[in-house]
Amino acid sequence: MEYEEAKEKIVEGLKKKKGKTKFYFNDLAKILDEKPRAAKKLITKMIEEQVLEYWSSGSTSLYGLKGYGKQAQAEEKE
Amino acid sequence: MAKHKTPLLDQLETGPWPSFVSDIKREAESRAKNERNIEYQIPQDVCEDLLGVLELSFKQGRTHWKHGGIVGVFGYGGGVIGRYCDQPEQFPGVAHFHTMRVNQPGGKFYTTKFLKDLCDLWEFRGSGITNMHGSTGDIVFLGTTTPQLEEIFYELTHNLNQDLGGSGSNLRTPSDCIGQARCEYACYDTQALCYNLTQDYQDELHRPAFPYKFKFKFDGCPNCCVASIARADMSYIGTWRDDIRIDQKAVNAYVGGELAPNAGAHSGRDWGPFDIQKEVINLCPTNCMRYEDGKLDINNRECTRCMHCINVMPRALRIGNDRGLSILVGAKAPILNGAQMSTMLVPFIKVEEPYDEIKEVIEAIWDWWMEEGKNRERLGELMKRQGLQKLLEVTGLKPDARMVQEPRANPYIFWKEEEVEGGFERDINEFRKYHQR
Ligand code: SF4
Ligand code: SF4
Repeated sequence: MEYEEAKEKIVEGLKKKKGKTKFYFNDLAKILDEKPRAAKKLITKMIEEQVLEYWSSGSTSLYGLKGYGKQAQAEEKE
Repeated sequence: MAKHKTPLLDQLETGPWPSFVSDIKREAESRAKNERNIEYQIPQDVCEDLLGVLELSFKQGRTHWKHGGIVGVFGYGGGVIGRYCDQPEQFPGVAHFHTMRVNQPGGKFYTTKFLKDLCDLWEFRGSGITNMHGSTGDIVFLGTTTPQLEEIFYELTHNLNQDLGGSGSNLRTPSDCIGQARCEYACYDTQALCYNLTQDYQDELHRPAFPYKFKFKFDGCPNCCVASIARADMSYIGTWRDDIRIDQKAVNAYVGGELAPNAGAHSGRDWGPFDIQKEVINLCPTNCMRYEDGKLDINNRECTRCMHCINVMPRALRIGNDRGLSILVGAKAPILNGAQMSTMLVPFIKVEEPYDEIKEVIEAIWDWWMEEGKNRERLGELMKRQGLQKLLEVTGLKPDARMVQEPRANPYIFWKEEEVEGGFERDINEFRKYHQR
């Protein structure tokens, strides 16, 4: 899949999911309908371009659209 | 005078063991005095507030730490764990209290200079409190603020020549025993393999895309000093496939009392004269040893390399010469379904650079787990859910009796049609001739 197309799919796909701002890697791979390794290349680029950002509890990692969600607002402020 | 009264914490200092409370108080005091005139980059009283918030938690029986965060260093999804206090007015010193995990050196070999540099950096830009080491093996820096993260990362990578470790759903910082650097039991160079895989799998270490955490641990022999068999999703345990080398003269020196058993480790008390029958032969888990007429015999085909006899008589018994490692998979701590030890997957593999054979196994497992693993499912849980047979299929490994814990531990082997000579097709009329309905 082309990067731009993947980006569009992810941004749209994640905005559609109401009430949730953090997602597992698997959720993103599903939206892209790609195997994990291929999906990872695309998603890593979205992190580099700051379309997406990581969230970590320490034990688990999640992904979100940059700047979305309560936590992002709270942390940005500080 | 302490900033907060901490009667509950103070009680923890009264026991016989060293107390983390005393350690934090000492650091608080040293920061308050600041004899070296450090320009602290985070609040000077961070340690006082840490004690304060912990005391409050003990009093109320609830935590005041918020769970997780988006903070990190650019491009890395692991290594930094965001921690915020939910009582920042009362305890401003720990309003931000992020953890940083730093990759420990191989075998945990430090120079005093490196240790000092680490501590100086952490005094200057963090709380000064460390955990050496976390259970994965990392150097853990406890407590700093968001603006310090990139600064510390820069200093670590540019001047201390060290990287952050793993956290979250990625490959965790691989850890290894001291291995051939100091230990004669090491069956392979743990540090070389650990370093090579750490470098090769940088992407897996820093950019989380696994269902959950994944740990590599490297033990040079079955003594398992880094507990790989109990804690790693993939345990690499040194072993040999020829015979234990026996020096009969030295065996008799142990029997005669000239050599101290266990290299003198239990000499603090008089246990009486060494009794080879009781202390070695009878404790061999496979009953494969015999001592008769001053001669020790080992039936090596039955030996499981448990290390017991070698540990007791290291001068007399040595690991074999044809060495390699075993790969075991699926250990984990008890979050779901209780703790699990790892399961034998590759009984013996030679350890030779560039380790391609080992990497093939690793990558086949990752492909399977990344596709089939549920969110927050460890490899060991996926193995239970889909079965060892599935794991053998994805890794292309042949079943082997050594993978079975005991006879009938897993009798549910399902055959596929292509594996059965002649297939499954049968003539029902022919069958009925012999079997009534
Ligand atoms: S695991 Fe074995 S080789 Fe490694 S340090 Fe321990 S005893 Fe030595
Ligand atoms: S290593 Fe363990 S199993 Fe092997 S001979 Fe020694 S005690 Fe027996």
